[in-house]
Amino acid sequence: MTSAERKEAISAYVFIAPFLLAIIFMTGGPVLAAFFLSFCKWDILTPIQFVGLENYKEMFFNDPRFWKALYNTAYFTFLSVPVGMVLSIMVAMLMNQKIRGIAVYRTIYYLPSVLGAGVAVAVLWKWIFNADSGLLNYMISLCTGIPMSECPKWLASEFWSKNALVIMSFWGVGGGMIIYLAGLQGIPTALYEAAEIDGANRWQQFWTVTLPGLSPVIFFQLIITIVNSFQIFSQVYVMTDGLGGPADSTLVMVLYIYQKAFKYYQMGYASALAWVLFMVIMLATWLQFRYAKWVYYEGELRK
Amino acid sequence: MSETIPNPNESPNGFWASKRRNEKMTKIFTTIVLSIGAVTMILPVIWMLSTSFKAPTEVFAVPPIWIPSPLHFENYPKAWTISGMYASEGITFTTYTFNTLLIAVLSCIGVTSSSSIVAFAFARLRFPGRGPLFILCLATMMIPTQVTMIPTFILFKSIGWYDTYLPLIVPAFLGGGAYNIFLMRQFFMSIPYEMDEAAKIDGCTNFGVFWRILLPLCKPALTTVAVFSFVWNWNDFLNPLIYLDTNSKKTLALGLTNFVSLYGQDYHLLMAASLLIVIPLVAMFLIGQRYFIQGIATTGLK
Repeated sequence: MTSAERKEAISAYVFIAPFLLAIIFMTGGPVLAAFFLSFCKWDILTPIQFVGLENYKEMFFNDPRFWKALYNTAYFTFLSVPVGMVLSIMVAMLMNQKIRGIAVYRTIYYLPSVLGAGVAVAVLWKWIFNADSGLLNYMISLCTGIPMSECPKWLASEFWSKNALVIMSFWGVGGGMIIYLAGLQGIPTALYEAAEIDGANRWQQFWTVTLPGLSPVIFFQLIITIVNSFQIFSQVYVMTDGLGGPADSTLVMVLYIYQKAFKYYQMGYASALAWVLFMVIMLATWLQFRYAKWVYYEGELRK
Repeated sequence: MSETIPNPNESPNGFWASKRRNEKMTKIFTTIVLSIGAVTMILPVIWMLSTSFKAPTEVFAVPPIWIPSPLHFENYPKAWTISGMYASEGITFTTYTFNTLLIAVLSCIGVTSSSSIVAFAFARLRFPGRGPLFILCLATMMIPTQVTMIPTFILFKSIGWYDTYLPLIVPAFLGGGAYNIFLMRQFFMSIPYEMDEAAKIDGCTNFGVFWRILLPLCKPALTTVAVFSFVWNWNDFLNPLIYLDTNSKKTLALGLTNFVSLYGQDYHLLMAASLLIVIPLVAMFLIGQRYFIQGIATTGLK
């Protein structure tokens, strides 16, 4: 190593020092500590007690609320992610045309996703979902003629409450739209021209040019949105007063972890829950990488 | 969308004319669909605005009164000052706004400064372990915060940071999060390396290259990171919920939640309060959008 190289390396380490601290104290250390805690019983006040696999045994064989929370989280994820993705791709494709006032449309669609997962937005949706005088049921009865009293009870109904969360998530499709829009604009127009010369119609162009060109973006978005929806929390907390009701129908994993840790002070059990959530997310991500053959990268020969 | 395949046997004029007609039809169709979508996206906001000006008796009317008359402007000061059960302690939304601003602004400074300098090192400097460390950085994006939440809480509590703003601000200065580092790094990578070399020949230090040459070129990416970090902190619910205990230290998100649990049926007041909380975000978005739509487009994908 020359002295110039050494100098460069030293200043690099100085620059990334804060990040290394974060890796050690905010990520790596806590992840290991949580792993250790998941084999313990601890309420912060009394001494910590090692219990082996007790927490996991309890969770898997003796805790219906855990299974309920896992089911609710999976239900929300597997409904909101694919439908939201199709919606945002569709909107992005419509936006990707030369139409007057496109900037205005873009702002209108994108803004809700920026306001995002805030408490204020959750309060608004709680009011929209109000069964007797909310906006949604009013619109439903206006369009279909069904009287409002026979419309779904949304947040008050054990069956509809999860679907209400899914519907609310669609208000944020603009976030994905912006990213797909950028992806669409990255597809070379020459490819479309070539397809047109070959006599491909719009539908065929979509399947052979647009979708493969967009697939790396779709892949990236799929991973990120699945990770995020497994972690849904604040909207549910606000809309159900922190309970996850009615009858635990909106009890999601993070809400359950929060309740166990900061309401009942079962730090060990909550850590075990968090680790299971972590494993589920890792498994979902791994599966996506495992079956990622549909993703097409430009400049790479397909075998 | 029905599209006919252009018939090559048609005369060239007919072909282009039909193609142009098709394009026009597509545009009209697109505009209609986008407009219907836009109305759907905006309707909740109009509903919010409308409710916030209603008298309590008008709130639950069916069909809804879209434009209440008279407009009850007094809902706004009323919602702002009663703010839950702590009015007797003199705590209103003004207190919460001040607290939230303090946290959001300081975190924003922390995240932008620290993520950009870490990203600069990853993008521009050579040092042993750079590759593995960057992969480690990306890997931390996969770890849900809930896993680290409990040990971090215990750590901060044990060093006496519970019920202070430190757990909400200090982490922002430690790298500013993997996602932001990644975003900034991608942006640095898109700037030609000749810039650095020219500056170094002129005697610039590594920090000088970062500070004087690259950072001024990174305004779109910096704005993106700053806006998103501000919005995130403004909205953050879980962390303040865990760490803040004293009522006078709470943030807008907590204050509003408390307001909901006490005045759950007074939707005219709830909507007024929610709107006031959301307005700064809308303003930031409208000011910054030119930058960060470009920022996402150029960095978020590569």
